Amino acid sequence: MSALLCVRDLSIGFGAGSSVVTDVNFDVKPGETLALVGESGSGKTITCRAVLRILPRTAQIRSGTITLNDSKGTCNLTAVTEREMRGIRGNRVSMIFQEPMRSLSPLHKIGNQVSEVLWLHRGLSESEARKKVLTQFERVGFPDPQRAYDSYPFELSGGMRQRAMIAMAMVSKPELLIADEPTTALDVTTQAQVLGLIKELQRETGMALILVTHDLGVVANMAEQVVVMHKGRIMEAGPAAPILTSPAHPYTKQLFDAAPEIPDQDAVGIPMPDDDLILQMKGVSKTYTMRSSKGWQADKEIYACKGVDLNLARGKTLAIVGESGSGKTTAARIALGAELPDPGGEVLFRTAPNTDPITVHNMTRAQRTAFQRNAQMVFQDPYSSLSPRMRIQDAMTEPLEIHRIGTTAEQRDKAAEMLQRVGLTADMLKRYPHAFSGGQRQRLSVARAMMLDPQLIVCDEPTSALDVSVQEQILTLLEKLQESLNLSYLFISHDLAVVARIADEVAVMRRGLIVEQAPPETLFYNPRHPYTKALIAAQPEPDINRPIDLKVVSLGAGAPDSWDEAFRFSDTVIPSLVELEPGHKVRCHV
Amino acid sequence: MVMLRYAVYRFFTMLLTLLVVSVLIFIIINLPPGDYLSNQIAELQASGQSAGVAKAEFLRAEYALDRPMWEQYLIWIGFWPGPHGFSGLIQGNYGWSFEFDRPVSEIVGDTLWLTVVVNLAAILFVYAVALPLGVIAAARSRTWIDYTSAFVGYLGLATPNFLLALILFYYGHRYFNLPIGGLMDPQFEGQPLSWDKIKSILIHLIVPTFVIGTSGASAMMQRLRANMLDELGKPYVETAIAKGMAPSRMLTKYPLRVAFNPFVADIGNLLPSMVSGSVLVSVVLGLQTIGPTLLTALKTQDQFLSAFILMFVALLTLIGTMISDILLVMLDPRIRYEGREA
Repeated sequence: MSALLCVRDLSIGFGAGSSVVTDVNFDVKPGETLALVGESGSGKTITCRAVLRILPRTAQIRSGTITLNDSKGTCNLTAVTEREMRGIRGNRVSMIFQEPMRSLSPLHKIGNQVSEVLWLHRGLSESEARKKVLTQFERVGFPDPQRAYDSYPFELSGGMRQRAMIAMAMVSKPELLIADEPTTALDVTTQAQVLGLIKELQRETGMALILVTHDLGVVANMAEQVVVMHKGRIMEAGPAAPILTSPAHPYTKQLFDAAPEIPDQDAVGIPMPDDDLILQMKGVSKTYTMRSSKGWQADKEIYACKGVDLNLARGKTLAIVGESGSGKTTAARIALGAELPDPGGEVLFRTAPNTDPITVHNMTRAQRTAFQRNAQMVFQDPYSSLSPRMRIQDAMTEPLEIHRIGTTAEQRDKAAEMLQRVGLTADMLKRYPHAFSGGQRQRLSVARAMMLDPQLIVCDEPTSALDVSVQEQILTLLEKLQESLNLSYLFISHDLAVVARIADEVAVMRRGLIVEQAPPETLFYNPRHPYTKALIAAQPEPDINRPIDLKVVSLGAGAPDSWDEAFRFSDTVIPSLVELEPGHKVRCHV
Repeated sequence: MVMLRYAVYRFFTMLLTLLVVSVLIFIIINLPPGDYLSNQIAELQASGQSAGVAKAEFLRAEYALDRPMWEQYLIWIGFWPGPHGFSGLIQGNYGWSFEFDRPVSEIVGDTLWLTVVVNLAAILFVYAVALPLGVIAAARSRTWIDYTSAFVGYLGLATPNFLLALILFYYGHRYFNLPIGGLMDPQFEGQPLSWDKIKSILIHLIVPTFVIGTSGASAMMQRLRANMLDELGKPYVETAIAKGMAPSRMLTKYPLRVAFNPFVADIGNLLPSMVSGSVLVSVVLGLQTIGPTLLTALKTQDQFLSAFILMFVALLTLIGTMISDILLVMLDPRIRYEGREA
């Protein structure tokens, strides 16, 4: 069987600089899935874009050939004219991008944007194209294709938009689909469903797939062939099974070691002690009022979280897990006093055991200042959470200046000390953030949060913007700091595998409610709630023998009223949290 | 349906704003001490011409200038009966110009719609020039096309309008036999509209349009270019390329459509800046627009005349913003469907 796509000796560079992709070779056979794996900066995205020549203007293909050999003929994609290339894009080779939120034009209807492919390449009329697109929409899982056709992107969820992108890529029946991190921006349950969909469509149509990803779990679930890239070169390539079971190249091994995994558990864990609680949240709810756009309709109340009870013991880590919109960030903001809970909710913070707590939900100015010295935050995106116009030293000493602690020299020394603590060096103080990599920036954010010697640090998805190997380092750093300084963490994440590693207790949230709460060992050993089961099942494992169980995912990932009777809840009827075994609570009807 | 309701709503808010503006205008005009007539009376008394004084006193009573301010305002608008019953702006009586000793409506008459014509032409010119140039400059950014258009644009921004006007008049007349000054040949002035008159006006419009429009056009072009560049980096542009669209069609369908919003929103701001910016140009070019008249009226404290002209400019501005708001709602579904159930 001859290859559908042949990439030979491909080198790509920017301007006059050295090549960012060097001597890349691979073949894609018809109907086969090839995974391009690597971390940011590995050149995987540039390589896959070179196939369709969608490159930044300053990038040039320096050498090599890319040969497409499908049923419509053979052509060298590096040599064809721009006009011929346009006939290939979206027709013989399609592409799906990473961010479904931004990959569709906000001002055009979905149907219009998808049909356009057929207008361009098949010359179909509007009504003919509409018919075909509606069939395709049904195929990719739109419950109401007609409605989706006339919707604007902002009216759909992320998962639905990615389905629309897939429909757009598939509607012309290409023989090769290039998917550039198609699920990275999606929630884990949505990711599982979208991956399942792509696989199914592939089986039906027999198209080949180039899947670009950094996630070995996704690779294990999808790929037959794997190409591991690092710094623009191929490290290892070949069939998926041997590479995933016994990687030969040290870099591949390193990637595997860094990939977080949900461990197999064979026993329940120890519940979090409750004798020395640093943070207590009691009956915390938050409702927002959405002003109705029509004057005659009543304003709508939306709850971001409802009846949240959480305890965090001193020196421990409490993790809140959930998809976007589950209320986990709202809960964290309330814990930090950045937002007030609805009346009745209480947030208590104790600086030392058996002292009078600070009532975070009701602080005076002086109390707030004292509280802020004790509770700090590390943010998700290290690229936007550091001001690009401030030297590291200024960014780090700013909290001390605000709280008027120490002289300038003392502040400087403290900053230098903290930098060393997080594994950087004091001579970096004079630099600006742009001189640092993503991982280093996140270290800086941690160091800045530590400047006031806080007892509690709220980490809002601190690793989700980072590569796996860097994520590993940051998690190790957080663990080390906790050990030496007896820090307490409130850890927000959507990734169960990360949480499995760092948390002492996990609260799973869905639609503003905690649905299950337990130590991570218990949670993975004996998950009870369908949504928790779905989250665990949807986690892609870098193990080729443990594929995602889509049935479990679809059982738990749907709306709460699609769950088993025992767990079902609606706006009006909400079961309470029931303690099934010590330290293991599930929201169900008994 | 949504559109119609919005348009009606927007129209009423415009009327309300206009009312507020009228109060402000009236207050501002009356802020300097004295008025045209009291100045004149003082002058006449100093020179001992008592007959004139009697006439001025008569005019004061005739135009209710001896009444309290709030009453004067209401009479001016037409909400309150004056010496001759209800006779204000809303009844179509624009007041009396003391300086020219004629009714305001007679003085402004022709210049009103000539102002509208000149400024509309300038705005059309701005859009016609800025739209293609801005798009091309963005699509070919950092090439000689971009640099050339930016250079010409900044030249347009930096050259004083009246200077540009004089230069254009000279060369326009010398090489293309364009007329100098005015908005029509003298024989058409005061004549009813005819084909020849329209033709004459159009020819006379060429230079003023160019002069008033250039700076606006180059500013707008740079703004559009910046917006387009922002949009060109967005992922949906990549999606469109990956579909196999030709560059020109892709540019106009996707990024331009998004970058167009600020462009439309500018309509409202353009009108007043054009009108006020064209005053000097109108004086230099001898255009019979409202600008020079406004200048005289303000200098001599001719209150009814200046108040009326200011109201007229305010009305133009408000209509401009209303049009741009309604267009925005038509163009952008995100605004239109805000809060619609998903």
